[in-house]
Amino acid sequence: MPNKQATLFDKVWNEHVISNLGGGFSLLHVDRNFIHDLSGSRALGALSEQGRRVMHPDLTFACPDHTVSTAADATHTGPRYEKCVDPLRQFAADQGITFFDIGTHGFGIIHVIGPELGLTVPGALIVCGDSHTSTHGGLGALAWGIGASEVTHVLATGAVIQKRPKRMRVTFDGAMQPGVTAKDMILFLIGQEGVAAGSGYAVEYAGPAVRALSIEERMTLCNLSIEMGAKVGMVAPDEKTMDYVKGREYAPKGANWDLAVAHWKGLQSDADSTFDEERFVNVADVRPQFTWGTSPEHVIAIDELIPDPSQQSDLEKRNGYAAALEYTGLKAGQSLQGQKIDQVFIGSCTNSRLSDLQEAAGIIQGQKVASHVDAWVVPGSYDIKVAAEAEGLDVIFKKAGFDWRNPGCSLCVGSNGELVPEGGRCVSTSNRNFVGRQGKNSRTHLASPISAAASAILGEITDVRKMMKA
Amino acid sequence: MDKFKSISCVAAPLMRANIDTDLIIPMQRYLLADRKDMHEFAFETLRFLEDGSDNPEFVLNKPAYEGTQILISGNNFGCGSSRESAVWALNGLGLKSIIAPSFGNIFYNNCFQNGMLPIVLDQEIVEKLAEISENSGNNAPFSIDLEAQTVTAPNGEAYSFETEPQRRHQLLEGLDDIGVTLTKVVEIKSFRKADEKNRPWIYN
Repeated sequence: MPNKQATLFDKVWNEHVISNLGGGFSLLHVDRNFIHDLSGSRALGALSEQGRRVMHPDLTFACPDHTVSTAADATHTGPRYEKCVDPLRQFAADQGITFFDIGTHGFGIIHVIGPELGLTVPGALIVCGDSHTSTHGGLGALAWGIGASEVTHVLATGAVIQKRPKRMRVTFDGAMQPGVTAKDMILFLIGQEGVAAGSGYAVEYAGPAVRALSIEERMTLCNLSIEMGAKVGMVAPDEKTMDYVKGREYAPKGANWDLAVAHWKGLQSDADSTFDEERFVNVADVRPQFTWGTSPEHVIAIDELIPDPSQQSDLEKRNGYAAALEYTGLKAGQSLQGQKIDQVFIGSCTNSRLSDLQEAAGIIQGQKVASHVDAWVVPGSYDIKVAAEAEGLDVIFKKAGFDWRNPGCSLCVGSNGELVPEGGRCVSTSNRNFVGRQGKNSRTHLASPISAAASAILGEITDVRKMMKA
Repeated sequence: MDKFKSISCVAAPLMRANIDTDLIIPMQRYLLADRKDMHEFAFETLRFLEDGSDNPEFVLNKPAYEGTQILISGNNFGCGSSRESAVWALNGLGLKSIIAPSFGNIFYNNCFQNGMLPIVLDQEIVEKLAEISENSGNNAPFSIDLEAQTVTAPNGEAYSFETEPQRRHQLLEGLDDIGVTLTKVVEIKSFRKADEKNRPWIYN
């Protein structure tokens, strides 16, 4: 029975096939269906209209994150709540689904709380109506984002239809330089490969430099897979993964834990398994990354210059670069360093975990945010906020002049109404720098939490390495 | 879901790569709009000028493309978010098919859930079709035949495309995924029962 040629992806996929539908499509069992206040509310509404019940309410978990205010004085009322949050809460109650409510233990960004609560485990098949569902792959889960109709399908049937993707492995080798983070690794990769390179692939991130990452860093790596076009990003589970999962609220306990660990240890790509595509990155070449344009592939190292559209041989690329520069108000050949900024956002499912906040706090400790900058920290979950406050991170941020806020998706996507002021320039630890993503004419520069923290202090795009203590 | 068999109409060229879901419909708009109203905000930043009036330069505002059901676009169309409202918004504009060299994966899937046909053709062919559309003036109809899997340009040249047989069948018949899957409810339940023994930790 064991397939000697199997990759991590193959092993997890095969375990979930209920039925092969022909043409490469399978009907797959879903272990965790995470639903949130946008696609989740709409999907549950559609299900109710159809008069259907949720097939596996015990495998379905709901938490509002996109539209929830992160302001300290929020009343959590108004049109967004009436349209998105309240229906989710009501549908969850009607259908017997666990709901993590605002301002209580367990609440937060769905991709942050899944792993945090032990709902996300290695080898689990996880779907959610959000493209950053790949985040859960950091623990060796097979996870991808689906549309609202597919969410309704999963609610009604407990299963998802998916065409089997091809397999890509990205091997990260070498030792990371100071000031470089998992965020820089993945932005660098996207810059090299482009935003469509992973389209149609499940990506496995492997190699010594990935093994060296913490579980939280691996989640950051997997989170941005979709920005390279890949719905799935995965890292094989190892001892670190088991240590991370163990003892969490929903994690397996007792005899089930032992069974699970024995199984998870087999979730590795076999030595002789093959991939449809392979990429190699030496992380020693990676420097702190910043995006300059309106696509995650518009990215350079902080000490590089903004590329010249006219030097691009590909017409689409040339046009894309030119349009991006016009939108961001930058010029070819310029340095990003020293560009004055208006806002800093540390948060999102990419970079809002405790280690992100700890690292950012380490950079800013004892310093002040530049007076013209509005700097925000939005912890990824209620529990992260509590943990951060227990070790005094909130005090460090507040003393420096940061706005220490409540959890939610917030400025990453602005669906809760929290936006960068029109035309403002924002260094953001989130995942997309699309036109208008953070508000009308907002100019987003994606970067790591430490790069964002350093930029907040100087009030301009900053090479964090200059602010690190030797 | 509406059936998709064939369409014949002008095709509007919007030749940009990486048209993302935020460009198709901004989050702030999709949030509060009902599905049937999404189209009001489709391509908002391209379609309208600062003062809210129509941007005459935007292809879908040009009289030559009035009533079009076909959009011709660049690589990686629909990249970005999983928001299905991107498809709803385009549907609401009357679009039934998008022709591009490649699509964002999730967007591509979402099309089939909504009676929309995404067609992948080689970049050269897509560029040629766009050029034909721009040069052929008013009312030069393109035809798309899903049964035959062909796109026919106004000059009579036909190009073959492929869709997965299941997806084609469902579009042709207007079948909804849930109904089809629920015919397998016995298999789904017996899978879970066996899986509870094989992987009990998933169900604790």
